[in-house]
Amino acid sequence: MADIISEYEDRLPQKIIEDVKKNLQKGASDTKLRRIMEAVYEEYKNAKVHSGESVGLISAESIGEPGTQMTLNTFHFAGVAEMNVTLGLPRIIEILDGRKELENTMMEIYLKKHYATGKRIEELRQLALQIKETKLKDIATEFTINIADFTIEVKLDKEKMKEIELTLGKAMDAVSKQLKGYNIKDNKDSIILKSRSKEETFNETYKTKEKIKDIKIKGIKGISQVLPVKREEEFIIITAGSNLAEVLQLEEVDAYRTTTNNIFEIEQVLGIEAARQSIINEIFKVIESQGLNVDVRHIMLVADTMCVSGTLKGITRYGVVSEKSSVLARASFETPIKHIINAALVGEVDNLNSVVENVMINQPVPIGTGLPSLTVKVPQQKGKEK
Amino acid sequence: MADEEKKSEQEIETVKQAIEGKEAKPERIEEEQYIYKQVKSIVFSVLSPKMIKKMASAKIVTPELYDKEGYPVDGGLMDIRLGVIDPGLRCKTCGSKLKECIGHFGYIELARPIIHIKFVNILHTILKCTCRECGRILIPDNKIAKTRELLDQVEKESGVEERRLKVKEIISSLKTTNKCPNCKAKQKKLSLEKPTTFIEDDKRLSPIEVRARLEKIPDSDCDIFGLKVPYVRPEWMVLTVLPIPPVTMRPSITLESGERSEDDLTHKMGDIVRINQRLFENINAGAPEIIVEDLWDLLQYHVTTFFDNNIAQLPPARHRSGQPLKTLTERIKSKEGRIRHNLAGKRTNFSARTVISPDPMLELFEVGVPFVIANKLTVPERVNEWNAQYLKKFVENGPEKYPGANYIIRPDGKKKKITDETKEASIEELQPGYIVERHLMDGDIAIFNRQPSLHRMSMMCHRIKVLPGKTLRLNPAVCTPYNADFDGDEMNLHIPQTEEARAEAEILMEVQTQLISLRYGLSIIGCTQDAISGNYLLTKHSEMKREYAIDLLAAVGLTDFSKLPRKANVNGKEIFSVLLPDDFYFEGHSRLCDRSKDKCDKETHVVIEDGKLISGVMDRNSLGEESGLMLRSIHQKYGKDYSIDLLGKIFRLGIEYLLRAGFTSALSDTDMPESAKSKIRDDLDNARKEVDQLIVQFKEGKLYAFPGKTTQETLELKILEVLNKARNETGKTVAQFADKRTHTMIMAESGARGNLLNLAQMAACVGQQAMRGKRIEKGFEGRTLSHFKKGDFGSEAHGFIANGFKTGLTPAEFFFGSMTGRDSLMDTALRTPKSGYLYRRLANAMQDLKVEYDNTVRDASSKIIQFEYGEDGVDVSKSENGIINVKRIIHSA
Repeated sequence: MADIISEYEDRLPQKIIEDVKKNLQKGASDTKLRRIMEAVYEEYKNAKVHSGESVGLISAESIGEPGTQMTLNTFHFAGVAEMNVTLGLPRIIEILDGRKELENTMMEIYLKKHYATGKRIEELRQLALQIKETKLKDIATEFTINIADFTIEVKLDKEKMKEIELTLGKAMDAVSKQLKGYNIKDNKDSIILKSRSKEETFNETYKTKEKIKDIKIKGIKGISQVLPVKREEEFIIITAGSNLAEVLQLEEVDAYRTTTNNIFEIEQVLGIEAARQSIINEIFKVIESQGLNVDVRHIMLVADTMCVSGTLKGITRYGVVSEKSSVLARASFETPIKHIINAALVGEVDNLNSVVENVMINQPVPIGTGLPSLTVKVPQQKGKEK
Repeated sequence: MADEEKKSEQEIETVKQAIEGKEAKPERIEEEQYIYKQVKSIVFSVLSPKMIKKMASAKIVTPELYDKEGYPVDGGLMDIRLGVIDPGLRCKTCGSKLKECIGHFGYIELARPIIHIKFVNILHTILKCTCRECGRILIPDNKIAKTRELLDQVEKESGVEERRLKVKEIISSLKTTNKCPNCKAKQKKLSLEKPTTFIEDDKRLSPIEVRARLEKIPDSDCDIFGLKVPYVRPEWMVLTVLPIPPVTMRPSITLESGERSEDDLTHKMGDIVRINQRLFENINAGAPEIIVEDLWDLLQYHVTTFFDNNIAQLPPARHRSGQPLKTLTERIKSKEGRIRHNLAGKRTNFSARTVISPDPMLELFEVGVPFVIANKLTVPERVNEWNAQYLKKFVENGPEKYPGANYIIRPDGKKKKITDETKEASIEELQPGYIVERHLMDGDIAIFNRQPSLHRMSMMCHRIKVLPGKTLRLNPAVCTPYNADFDGDEMNLHIPQTEEARAEAEILMEVQTQLISLRYGLSIIGCTQDAISGNYLLTKHSEMKREYAIDLLAAVGLTDFSKLPRKANVNGKEIFSVLLPDDFYFEGHSRLCDRSKDKCDKETHVVIEDGKLISGVMDRNSLGEESGLMLRSIHQKYGKDYSIDLLGKIFRLGIEYLLRAGFTSALSDTDMPESAKSKIRDDLDNARKEVDQLIVQFKEGKLYAFPGKTTQETLELKILEVLNKARNETGKTVAQFADKRTHTMIMAESGARGNLLNLAQMAACVGQQAMRGKRIEKGFEGRTLSHFKKGDFGSEAHGFIANGFKTGLTPAEFFFGSMTGRDSLMDTALRTPKSGYLYRRLANAMQDLKVEYDNTVRDASSKIIQFEYGEDGVDVSKSENGIINVKRIIHSA
C-alpha cells in the first residue's frame, strides 16, 4: 500500500498525499487505492493554474476587495488596558507598507516544556516580570536635585522593587554601568548621584536627571508589558513591545515557536524566509479575525513579491513599485515626472514587457490571452515589394 | 521616442505622398484601419538643442496669435505649421485636415540660456562635483575605476538617485584640499539658491557660465554621474532653444460670443515669446545690464512656470481671474493627469448606463436591455453572399423600427447613416464587403459592469435579452458578484465590436465561468433571500398534490416530470429532487446541524443519494452565495453550464413555491408569550441590580481589581460582562419562545435574511451600545447626558438599551443608539478611501505577475517570484475552498 502512494510522491504535493492517507479506509485493496490515486492525480492536474494566468492581479483583487469590509478599530487585548492590538484594515496596511515602526508591537513567548507545563500561573508571573523592562522611573518615587552640591537623589519604592525581586545593589549596578562619570552612593531608601567632574552646572545636572529616568534597570529593552496566559495545555507570555533578538537568548524560551508581530525585526533576526512566513501568518490572522475568507495562496504571492529582492520591501512607491523595470509602469503609479526625468537622464529603454505600458499605447498586453502569438510562414511574393 | 519619431516620419512621408497624388486613394484609408506596426520599445532621453530644431517645423517669433481676420499668424503660437484645430484649414506641414493631423512641434530661440527647473538638482550635483576650470570630476584619476565600481553597485541596489547622492558623498569625503586633482585649480563654494539661481562664493553664476562649465565636462566623466552620453549631455539641461508643443495639444475653444479662449499652455508660451522678444531687442539695442538681467530673470520665471507651476519658492502664474494656470507638470501628474486619466484609463463608445431592476425570470447569464438602448447600440456585421438578404432586412427597417440598423460602412471605411431618405439607396448599394451596424438582438454579447469594479466578477459577459421598459434587468442571483441592489443602482453595458473581443468575452467573462470565486474557491453566485426561504420551506415538510407539483415545476421551466414519483401526494424533497442529476451524491451539514460531529444524526443533515434528497433541508449552507457547498459539488462534477442552469431552476423553484405558499413577515412575529416577557423583564431587572451592586462595591472600595488594571476599569469590565450576559439571556429566551412557524423565524433559520439577534433586538432588548470597545462615556462632564447624575455608573446612563425596538426606546436610549450608528457611518466613510488606496498599490505592484509556461510565477522583467504558484500550483478557483477534496474523490472512487 505504502509503495503505491509513494509512487505519486513526486507528482502530488505533500498535503494531498497526507490527506489521502488520513481519509483512506482501512483495508482498501491495492486496485482501489490505485484507482483513488489516479483520480486524485487527475483532479490535481485539472486544478493547476493555466500558463499566462495573471495571478498577481487576482491576488491583489482578493486582498483589496475584502479591504472594504474590514473595520478600522484597534482593540484592547484580553483585559490589559495598555495592550492594544491593531486589527483590521490598519494592520493590513501596516504589514504591506513594510513599516519598521509599528503601532502596537507584541510578542508571543513560548517556553521550553519543563517551564511551560504543570506550573501555576503565579510562578510564571515571576519569569514574566524578569522579561519586562523596568526603568529607573518605574521603581523611583522621586527625583530631586540638590542645588548646593549638584547631586541627584533618587528615592526608590521598596515595595515595587520587592515585587520584581530587585535589590538596591543591583539597581545601583545597572545605573552605574550606564551612566559614566558619576559616583553613586547608597543612602538607605534612595541613591545619590554625584558628578566626578569638578565643573558641574545646574543645566547639566538637570539633563542628567532627565536622562537617568529612562535607564534600564532590569529586563529586556522594549518590552513594556507582560501577560502570562494559558494557551491550550501550556503557559505562554504575551508582551507588549518586542525585542526578539534578546528574548531568544533567554534560557527558558523556546526559540522555535516564539514570535513577534514586528516583521522587520524577524527579518533582522531570523532572515528573509522567516519574514516571508511571518507576513503570511500575520495577514492571514487579520483576515481570519474579520471573518473573511481569502485563500493563503494570494497572501503568499503578496509576501513573495515583498521579499524577492532579499530584503523586506513594502508595497509603496519606495518599495516594490520602485523596483519595476518599466519606466511607464512606475510613472503610472505615483510621481510620474520624477520617473520620466530620471529615465531621460540615463537613456532608459522601456521594453514594454508589462501591462500598463501596453494599455497606454493601445497594444495587446503580454498576459493571459495576450501572451500566445502565431507564427506563420508566408510564401515570398515576387516583385511586389518596391 | 526614437521609434515613435521614426513612425511619425514615415507617417509624414506617406501623407506627403498622398498630397502629391492629390486625392486620397482608397488604399490609404485601408491603411488607417489596420495597424501593421508594433511599438517594441520606447527610449527616454533629454532633447538636445539640435534635436529640438530638427523636430520643429516652425520657428516661433511673435507672441501674436491671430491677425485681423482671425487667421493664425505665421510665426505665431497658433501657426498652422504646428497643426490645425479649425475645421476647414489644412496643416501647412503635412497637408491633413482637422483630426487627421496629429500636430507638429515648433521652437523658440531663447535670447539667453535658461535653466530647466526639472534638472536643477542634478545640475547642482554636477557643478559641485566637477572642476570649475577644467571640467573634470573632482576624483583623482587613480581612484576613478574603483569609485565607478562602487557606484554601479549602489545604482543596482537603490537606483540612480542614490548614485548621485553617493557621488556627492564621495567627493565631499575626498575634499581635503579645495583643489582639483587634475589641474590644481582652486575650487569655490557653490550653492543653489532655490529655485534656479546658482551662487558661487556670494557671486551669482549666470546660466551662460553654468552652461560653459557643463560643456567642458568630458563624456567619460558624465558616466560617473549616471548620465549616458548619447542620450544626454549636461549642457542640454540649460535651455538655449525651447520646443513649442503642437497646437493640437493646446486647442483653443470658441465661446458662444465668438470670442476665442486660449489654452493655459498657449497663454504661458505667449508670455515666454513676448519676454524673449523684448530681451532680444534690449540686448541688440545695448540696454543697460540691469534691464537685461531683469528681463532674463523674468524669462527664467516664465519658462520655469511653463514646466511646473507648483514650485514652492515661486508664486504660481495666474489667469486674469486669479486662478492658477495648469502647465505641463500639472497636465501629466495625479489622478486627473494625462497618465492616469487618459493613458491608463480610456473612454469607450458603444456603451449604455441606466438604473437596474430585478427579473428572476431571466436566466442568470442574461441581461434585460430596454428597446431604447437596443435601438441605439449596434453590432457590426459584415455582408457576405449568405447573409445579404438577412442583413438587408435590418437596413430596410431603418434606425427607428426594431430590429433595424443605424449605419452601413462601405469597404473603404466611409460610414453612412441610414435615414428614411437614404434607406432605398443603401439597400441598393449593399453588397458583400459592406458592414451593417444592426440593432442589438437577443443573444448578442454584452459586458455588464457595476462600479466600484473591485473584482473581475464586477465585469461579466451577459447575453442580451431585449425587453420593454426603461431599466436594465438582471437576475437577482447575480447581485452578489456585482454587489448590486435595486435601491437606485446604475450599471454599465458595453457591446464588444469585433469578433475577437466577442470570443474573448464569451470564453473568459461569461457569468457561468465566474461561478466559483477566485478568492476562496467556493460558489460566489447562489440563491439569495426568497429563493432560500422558498427552498427551505419546500424541502422541510411541505406536501402537495402531484398536479400542483407539476404546475410548480412547469413554472420553473421544466418539461420532463418523469422523475416525480407517481403518487397522489408528493413531498417537497421529492419535488426538489426532480431538479437534481441522477447520479449525484452529496452529504453536508445544514444550518441546524450539529457541526461538531462529522456525521450528525439530526434529521436536518443533508443527504443526497443518486440524485434524490433523502434527508435534510436546503438552506444557505447548501444553496447560498459565498458558501453553497452543494452548488460547489455540482459545479465540480457537472461543469459550469449545467450548474448555472440548475442554479437558475433552483432559484425559480424557491420563488415559485413561496408565491404559491405565501410568505410575509408581520409585527406579530415578534410577539412573545406573557411568560417569556416576564422572564425577560426579570433577567434585565436582575442585571440592573447586579450592576448597582457592583457600583456599590466599587464605591465602598471593596471591588478587587484585575491584575494590571485600576478598579475603575475593572468595574467597567464587570458591568459589561453582566449586561452582555443579560442580553444573551434575553436572546435565548426569545429563541426559545418565538414561534418557529413565523416567517421571520423561517428567514433567520434558513439564512435567507436576518438572524436571531435581529429578532431578539426587536422583541426583547437591543443591548449595550459600545463605542471603541467600551460603554458610552463621552458627553458632558462626568456624565453622558444631562438627564443623569454626575458619576452615575448605572447601565442606563452608559448606553444600555433595555427596551426592544417593538416596545420603543426611551429618548436617552435612542440617542445612544444613534451615537453608535453615527460612529459606524463614519467608520465606513473613512475606510473606503484607505482601502481603495491599499488596493491601488497592491494592484499596481502585482499587475505584471503571471504564470509562465514553465509554471513559475514571474514579473515583467522575468524575475522569478515563485517557483510554483502557491507552492502547489493549484488555481484557487478550481479548488474547493483552497484544497483538493480528497474525501469526495475517495468516496466516489
